[in-house]
Amino acid sequence: MGVVQMVGITKRFPGVLANDHVNLELHKGEIHGLLGENGAGKTTLMNILFGLYQPDAGQILVRGQPIVVASPAAAIEHGIGMVHQHFRLVPPLTVTENIVLGLKGRGLMNIKAAEARVRQVAEAYGIQIDPAATVQSLSVGQQQRVEILSSLYREAEILILDEPTAVLTPQEADSLVASLRKMAEQGKAIVFISHKLDEVMRLTDRVTVLRAGRVVFEALTRATDKVQLAREMIGRDLVALRAEQRNQVLVLAGAQDAAPIQAPAAQRAMGAVMLEAKGLHALDDRGLPAVRGVSLAVRSGEVLGIAGVDGNGQRELAETVVRLRRLQAGQLMIAGEEASHWDTHDFLQHSTGYIPDDRQNDGLVLGFDLARNATLKLFRRPPFSSFGFLNQRAINQFTGQLMQDFDVRSQGPFARAATLSGGNQQKLILARELSQAPRLIIASQPTRGLDIGATAFVHQRLLAERDRGAAILLISTDLDEILLLSDRILVMYNGSSMGELPAQTADAQTLGLMMAGTPLGAAVGSGGVV
Amino acid sequence: MTASEQPVLRRGVDGRALWRSTYQALLSVVLSLLIGALLLLVSGQNPLLAFQSLWLGAFGSLNRFTETLVQATPLLLIAISVSLSFRCQIWNIGAEGQVILGGIASIWIALTFSSLPPAILLPLTLIGGALAGAAWSLIAGLLKAYAQANEVITTSMLNYIAVYLLAFLVHGPMMDPAGFNFPQSPLIDRALELPRLIAGTRLNISFLVALLMAGAALLYWRTTLGQRTEIVGASRRVARQIGLSVPATIAVVSLLTGALAGIAGWGEMFGLHFRLIEEFARGMGSLGIVVALLGELHPLGMVVSAFLFGALVVGGNAMERNAGVPFALVDVIQGCIILLILARGYIFRFRRGAR
Repeated sequence: MGVVQMVGITKRFPGVLANDHVNLELHKGEIHGLLGENGAGKTTLMNILFGLYQPDAGQILVRGQPIVVASPAAAIEHGIGMVHQHFRLVPPLTVTENIVLGLKGRGLMNIKAAEARVRQVAEAYGIQIDPAATVQSLSVGQQQRVEILSSLYREAEILILDEPTAVLTPQEADSLVASLRKMAEQGKAIVFISHKLDEVMRLTDRVTVLRAGRVVFEALTRATDKVQLAREMIGRDLVALRAEQRNQVLVLAGAQDAAPIQAPAAQRAMGAVMLEAKGLHALDDRGLPAVRGVSLAVRSGEVLGIAGVDGNGQRELAETVVRLRRLQAGQLMIAGEEASHWDTHDFLQHSTGYIPDDRQNDGLVLGFDLARNATLKLFRRPPFSSFGFLNQRAINQFTGQLMQDFDVRSQGPFARAATLSGGNQQKLILARELSQAPRLIIASQPTRGLDIGATAFVHQRLLAERDRGAAILLISTDLDEILLLSDRILVMYNGSSMGELPAQTADAQTLGLMMAGTPLGAAVGSGGVV
Repeated sequence: MTASEQPVLRRGVDGRALWRSTYQALLSVVLSLLIGALLLLVSGQNPLLAFQSLWLGAFGSLNRFTETLVQATPLLLIAISVSLSFRCQIWNIGAEGQVILGGIASIWIALTFSSLPPAILLPLTLIGGALAGAAWSLIAGLLKAYAQANEVITTSMLNYIAVYLLAFLVHGPMMDPAGFNFPQSPLIDRALELPRLIAGTRLNISFLVALLMAGAALLYWRTTLGQRTEIVGASRRVARQIGLSVPATIAVVSLLTGALAGIAGWGEMFGLHFRLIEEFARGMGSLGIVVALLGELHPLGMVVSAFLFGALVVGGNAMERNAGVPFALVDVIQGCIILLILARGYIFRFRRGAR
């Protein structure tokens, strides 16, 4: 019998049935994959187990005993720990301080003893971390280890990880996988929430697929395969298309009829240079150098991919190009014009589109309805306003058209953007940014957190824009995405360019080394030894 | 559902949201009155008698009713002013100072240029009052926009300066030489007094001005400038992303809010007092904020809540006189309304999702 049984769990949010009589059983020593598209109810289900939500119906049994998980504190008491997608750490505090934060003590705490225990727990599971380091000095991957350690320190027997690899480099992900294996061997039950098929296949012992709030499939992982899981996840047939010599990617079956999604760069007409940067330098929000002398050029009709681990200056590079961030040194040319002195308004006036990586904070006003969000950049122009007054009819018509063209699923143009799923929010941004047929597109993490269907949609749209003649600067931490979409790939590490190579000759091995800070020449020279 | 299946919708009133805010506002008021009744009971007075005299005081006769409207007039103007800045996430509490500056400037113009014909001078006083309020507000606006100074602090400090400036003026440079040393300015020319809407009452044109401004506010939210205000209010980050200048928007909004408050000061001067007196704006700023919050920052909601508070003030005064209940009870009720309105998200959460 499983260490955790969730029986008939039902959870309803206004207008959405997030979990519909879900049954789930977790076993000691097993890694259990919880797979599903965005909005399928994975996170809701786990938030219920962790006590963040109360189920409308259903029961939770831990070690055979029915329990009520009234709060995360109660969950922790029952040995349930959760690592959220967004970490809950206090940056100025040390690793140990973060871990013991919130534990009950008797007045004074013995930080030395706590540190020793943290070290001991970390070693037991092969987790490398310095207990005395401050969290703000840690990389994202290390911060995640702190979160995991925090649960282990509280003697969690059941560990829930919500899309843990979304923020990691391939190397960091491997190290996470090793730690999780060790934890499972020592008898922990682990829930691994993901929508990445490869990972689930590689890492898990058992897999449950959720779709629209219901369990549609469960199996031992070794008894199933990627194609079956993908079909169960999206409820449609998929075909795996081989995209030139690239990695295999799954593309929606419907895409077959469309034009081939990859035409080699040589067969396409390249146009004028739309974006050119020479020796670009910029600071981050703390005033420290974040972009150090990056040079690049993007022509009409091509995609330049910027690969790199998150936090190596890509965000600052994008913000410098779209003129949200000041240029410390270097030169920026957009559409042949000197753009170093432009502000964002100027940038937007030059037929450009920008898909920011933080879609909820930068891309949309979540409290506004879709119509307002769709016209955020256009409302001051005719026909959306005249003589200073908004023309609601034109705005609504435009929004309706965009929603149809980009398949934005919602309750209508007056639904608030907050009510959209992540995929539909991104489609709305994409619709807005592409609606004016821009000549230059800056796309930053355009598919982060999206499910297969939405990802394929975004990819097809971007490639269609490329074929139309737009110049695209694609920034992504997802190597598969970079390899699939780019004509050329530039790797950023610590604010600098590690070199640029054509996508045809690029392989994940070389790129991985460059992402870890090896310049191109040395990375190729080392011949794939990691 | 695809867009084509949907009827072309009008940007409609969200019926459920409207109902929710209405019943929450009503519930807040009723609960506050009940708390007031409880206090009366505890202090050994008859709450029914007290509320009866409050009701009669506010609505008992044509005269009382018009007084309620007279009290509501500046409250409505100030509430509209406050709502502009609040919807832009500028926590401007400087309405009182802006009202005072509007009053000072308009009276000064009336007294200084008294040789001009009234048909020219009266509009000039209105414009001058609005500009003075706007300028006063712009000080805090610029400090916030370009120096990130906290507007709560700057506007409340500017309130103090305005209060003491007014006291200085009516005790000194602007004091009526023939006024037996009363702290007040000379009276303005009778021709400048705002026409009464109903003879024998104090209800005057400024009430219509306030309603007009409520209408203008309704329109404002349909302009590109109104949209800009709301975008900057909703997210400074998004505003920057779409190329809007956040500092410029803050400056423009503070000008508009100040102008509206200045007009309220003008209305008090030319509609009621006809001269500068000390403390004519006392308490109006905070009351205007309550009116704005109870009206959910919506122009129509604020018309209703301004009326309600006008009635509370007028009725409260009558209650004090006729039932011997201290006016402080009205302050208690106001305080309760503020607390309930601010906390309504928690208090009135009968059945909402865990989100």
